[in-house]
Amino acid sequence: MLVNQFLVVAAALFALGTYGLLVRRNIVLILLSVELMLNAVNINLIAFESMIRSADATGQVFSIFIITIAAAEVGIGLAIVLMIFRNRKSADVDDLNLMRW
Amino acid sequence: MSFSDWISEPVNWVFLLIGIIVLVSGFKVVTAKNVVHAALALVGALAGTAGLFLMLSAEFVAWVLVLVYIGAVIVLFLFGIMITRAPTGLDETLDIDRKMMPAVLSIALFVLLAGSSLYSFGSREVAQLGEPTSTNLLGDSLLGRYLIPFEAVSFVLLAALIGGITIARRDLTPLEEELRDAV
Repeated sequence: MLVNQFLVVAAALFALGTYGLLVRRNIVLILLSVELMLNAVNINLIAFESMIRSADATGQVFSIFIITIAAAEVGIGLAIVLMIFRNRKSADVDDLNLMRW
Repeated sequence: MSFSDWISEPVNWVFLLIGIIVLVSGFKVVTAKNVVHAALALVGALAGTAGLFLMLSAEFVAWVLVLVYIGAVIVLFLFGIMITRAPTGLDETLDIDRKMMPAVLSIALFVLLAGSSLYSFGSREVAQLGEPTSTNLLGDSLLGRYLIPFEAVSFVLLAALIGGITIARRDLTPLEEELRDAV
């Protein structure tokens, strides 16, 4: 297996995540798109690790760190979404213009 | 290596199948008109990603992905969807109206990333399936060379847990505060 085939899938997944991030209005769906992008990065790290075969599995270690940070990000993100929803009765980013000017 | 050589290896058929599952589910995540369908499509994308990790002989990370993401994070997302009372039926207002610019931008990003990796890594191969895997090595590495980052990450997770509870907690009303002080 070539390393390129995995990199191309990861690039496509990252581009899809970017598209979702730009297009979506609902905060929960924006967080879902961020998860897609983080996963694309994980595929890249694991593919490079499998290509290089480093002496201490650095790629896998860092992808575990990314998974952990992503879990923390989802927890905090959804708590903030919950708080915003309680105060503004909406989960739509277009409604969150209180601090714009 | 030509395309006919590439496709004649059975392992690449499996790769194509998994890759198509990942990309179709990823597409569903960003285009679905139903919030719950988007969250469930993410399950497909993540399961496919775990399959790719297995093909790259990274079993431990693959199962961590299944446990942490499919087991926990998706459930958290579904709770988030239910709590924010997002309309669970079809909803046309989930997306912005002008999608042309984001589409062009993301296609350009894909061409840039895929093109530069195709250009840089020509015919480098990943490890063959069936070679000894590196879970043992990963454990030694996590608790050896990367011990301090590992502890830092676990501390971040604890801080996020406490922060999440603090942010999401409802403030007491004055009457409730009075009742609490009376006890």
